[in-house]
Amino acid sequence: MLDFPLWKKLSLWAVTLAASLLALPSLVNVAGLDWPAALPDPQVNLGLDLAGGSHLLLEAKADDVRAQRLENMEETVRQLMRNAKPRIRIGDVSTAGGELSFMLESAADIDRARGLIEPAMQGASTVREWELQVVDGQRIVLTQTDAGVNQAIDDAMASATEVVRRRIDELGTREPTIIRQGDTRIVVQVPGLQDPEALKALVGKTAQLEFKLVDLNALPSNVEAGIAPAGSEIFPFAPGTPEQGSSLAVRRLGGIRGDNLTGAQAGKDPQTNEDVVNITFDAQGGAKFAKLTTENVGKPFAIILDGQVLSAPSIRGPIIGGSAQISGSFTAESASQLAIALRSGALPVPLAIVEERTVGPDLGADSIRKGLLAMGIGSLAVIALMVASYGRFGVYATVALVFNVLMLLGIMALGGFTLTLPGIAGFVITIGAAVDANVLINERIREERARGRKVVAAVETGYKEASRAIFDANLTNVISGVALFAFGSGPVRGFAVVLIIGIITSVFTGVTLTRMFVAGWLRKARPNDINI
Amino acid sequence: MKLLKLVPDNTNIKFLKLRVPFFVLSLVLILGSWAAVAVNGLNFGVDFAGGQEVRMTFEERETAPIPQLRELVEGLGYGSPVVQEFGAPNQVSVRVPLPEGAEDTPGAARAIGDKVIATITAEYPDARKDGNDTVSGKVAGEFRDSAILALLAAMAAVSLYIWVRFEWQFGVGAMFALVHDVSVTLGLFALTQMEFSLQIVAAILAIIGYSLNDTIVVYDRIRENLKKYRKMDMGDLLDLSVNETLARTVMTSLTLFVALIPLLIFGPPSLFGMVAAITVGLFIGTYSSIYMAGPLLIWMGVTTNSFVQTESALDRQEKIARGEV
Repeated sequence: MLDFPLWKKLSLWAVTLAASLLALPSLVNVAGLDWPAALPDPQVNLGLDLAGGSHLLLEAKADDVRAQRLENMEETVRQLMRNAKPRIRIGDVSTAGGELSFMLESAADIDRARGLIEPAMQGASTVREWELQVVDGQRIVLTQTDAGVNQAIDDAMASATEVVRRRIDELGTREPTIIRQGDTRIVVQVPGLQDPEALKALVGKTAQLEFKLVDLNALPSNVEAGIAPAGSEIFPFAPGTPEQGSSLAVRRLGGIRGDNLTGAQAGKDPQTNEDVVNITFDAQGGAKFAKLTTENVGKPFAIILDGQVLSAPSIRGPIIGGSAQISGSFTAESASQLAIALRSGALPVPLAIVEERTVGPDLGADSIRKGLLAMGIGSLAVIALMVASYGRFGVYATVALVFNVLMLLGIMALGGFTLTLPGIAGFVITIGAAVDANVLINERIREERARGRKVVAAVETGYKEASRAIFDANLTNVISGVALFAFGSGPVRGFAVVLIIGIITSVFTGVTLTRMFVAGWLRKARPNDINI
Repeated sequence: MKLLKLVPDNTNIKFLKLRVPFFVLSLVLILGSWAAVAVNGLNFGVDFAGGQEVRMTFEERETAPIPQLRELVEGLGYGSPVVQEFGAPNQVSVRVPLPEGAEDTPGAARAIGDKVIATITAEYPDARKDGNDTVSGKVAGEFRDSAILALLAAMAAVSLYIWVRFEWQFGVGAMFALVHDVSVTLGLFALTQMEFSLQIVAAILAIIGYSLNDTIVVYDRIRENLKKYRKMDMGDLLDLSVNETLARTVMTSLTLFVALIPLLIFGPPSLFGMVAAITVGLFIGTYSSIYMAGPLLIWMGVTTNSFVQTESALDRQEKIARGEV
């Protein structure tokens, strides 16, 4: 017990002081002082509930991905059949029930059609996405495989995460967190954000831009009733446009998607002074756009964003420079938002905000201040109680407690853990519960003294007998802490982290460190009696 | 210097004498809590119920105008809002249920929250927006499921651990004490209708860990005494064990209590519910460690004799571990 070799003492101090030093930058920061830039400065991250900011949980619907892949496949099949030489005529195309089915006009084309479609079914991935069946010798049915859909969802989410990241980077906020969660979700956390509305507007926008020709043959009365002529589909005008509330019929085929954009900038139309978005296409997109505008001069084409018509201007002349202008009753702000969204690319799948938490910045600073105050008073009360109850041994426990708090903070800073509002409660609980090990030990020493053991023997037995209970008790605490971490989200996880790290550091400081103090004193003073 | 002794040396309180009345009391508490949860239900916050929650501070007022706010928000026609004090008297949380079909169009739900904030700030210019949470019904359901799962998993895991470290009776005793603590805490929330949120589940899990702390210290001493006093009456032995550890139990509870009190009084208001739950759980957990976990051992037939076998089994395990068998 009294035997504490020098190397052991030194390494204990080294660990304690090193971990405590890591806490300094965070403490200096809270005090509002400057930390020398030359020194490393690991800092405790403040959770959104303390720093203020927004937390968004975005979710894609698997059904949307499924439907979209189906739609793409339909497009692909139509194109393949049209471009086949000689052309393969098809009819009765349907995408009902999650499968694509169509009739060939001539049963003789069946093998040729199969040969064209089968290579297209593979896609870029190794997973087989489609099953092809021939029904009645003349009808082809394409069914999506689950593995293929899962792969498609995975791809879509990976690129959606990237798109969201690009968009938020454009906002210029610091240290946003954007991570995929589970199969179909993305967590976005932006600390210290002043304008959560802009963030929501930005990530909530799919930004799928389409240019489609207006169907001039559609009867207005039918369009308003939602009945589209064959080969056309109906889109509503976007809110805020002069035509809001009415709809427009556009040709299904022959349009362009805004996939091939290289740039988008908000600007003003020099003639009308209207807010517009200027876009530029890459070579492929520019060529397609030039072809569309050359062939349809004088006809109106609709600019459709996320399924809503922004405007439907007439094509004044061929647009061959690869750049175009989108108008649609923008404000300066909405034009710049659309520009960002277009620049960062369209989301491959619509994302809905299923959870949103915004915390104002005032509350967080208030919480930190109040939390620190409560922590200070609580610590003083615990220290007073310990010293009054156990004298010298209480002082040792107090020193251990101070190191415990510093080490806990230091480890959190080093590990990049986040301090949250419940985490502050975790700190206070740790302060209250950390001395439990010392209480157990000291009570045991008291008991052993009362039974007549000599000082050193009593201390030794105290540490030895108490350690089993300390171990069991703390391990069960860790178990419930792990359950807390596993289930918890955000702030609650912060609480779990503080509890778990606090349990580990408190056993170290409460048992090992105090033991070193006590042993050192006993060796030096050789007391015949101890006041405990 | 005379040191403070909260519990006099050699206390000899006959805890076990009152085990039947206290056990009945505990059963009544557990069943009463279940009844309270069944009848009143828990006042689920936005985490578990889904919907919109807006939190505001009225900076120029002592108390928030809660009845007026309720009327104001009800007038918006989104259904009955829950308006309650949140932490300080001048802070409120306003909860509006999710509109029909909002799971599919969360944008509509968000718009409601924005509208609520706008309406309140228009009427009360000193209202400061502190936060705005939207949780869709689906996500709230997932939170509910995982909270229940976490509570059950934690209770099962720690009971299992105690069973492995001690004996099955100890595991069952600990489990029962935990069911007691969790039930009574839930009952309290059902009765007071304080908001039940993710934070409260965190508090309950902290209570589980803490209450078990106490139970383990008592159990550890029981095991030690069972080896030491083979001829002692089981009731006396339990009393002795509880008395021997009483000073520690009181001291530990007290240190945690004095750390929690400043947090209740001076701490961030939004932590109040969580800290209150932990404080109440502190007392319930200490009580259950003494009056539930111990006496149950007698009823489950732990005797000095039954532990002799166990001890030899433990010895054998240790020998195996040391490689002597």
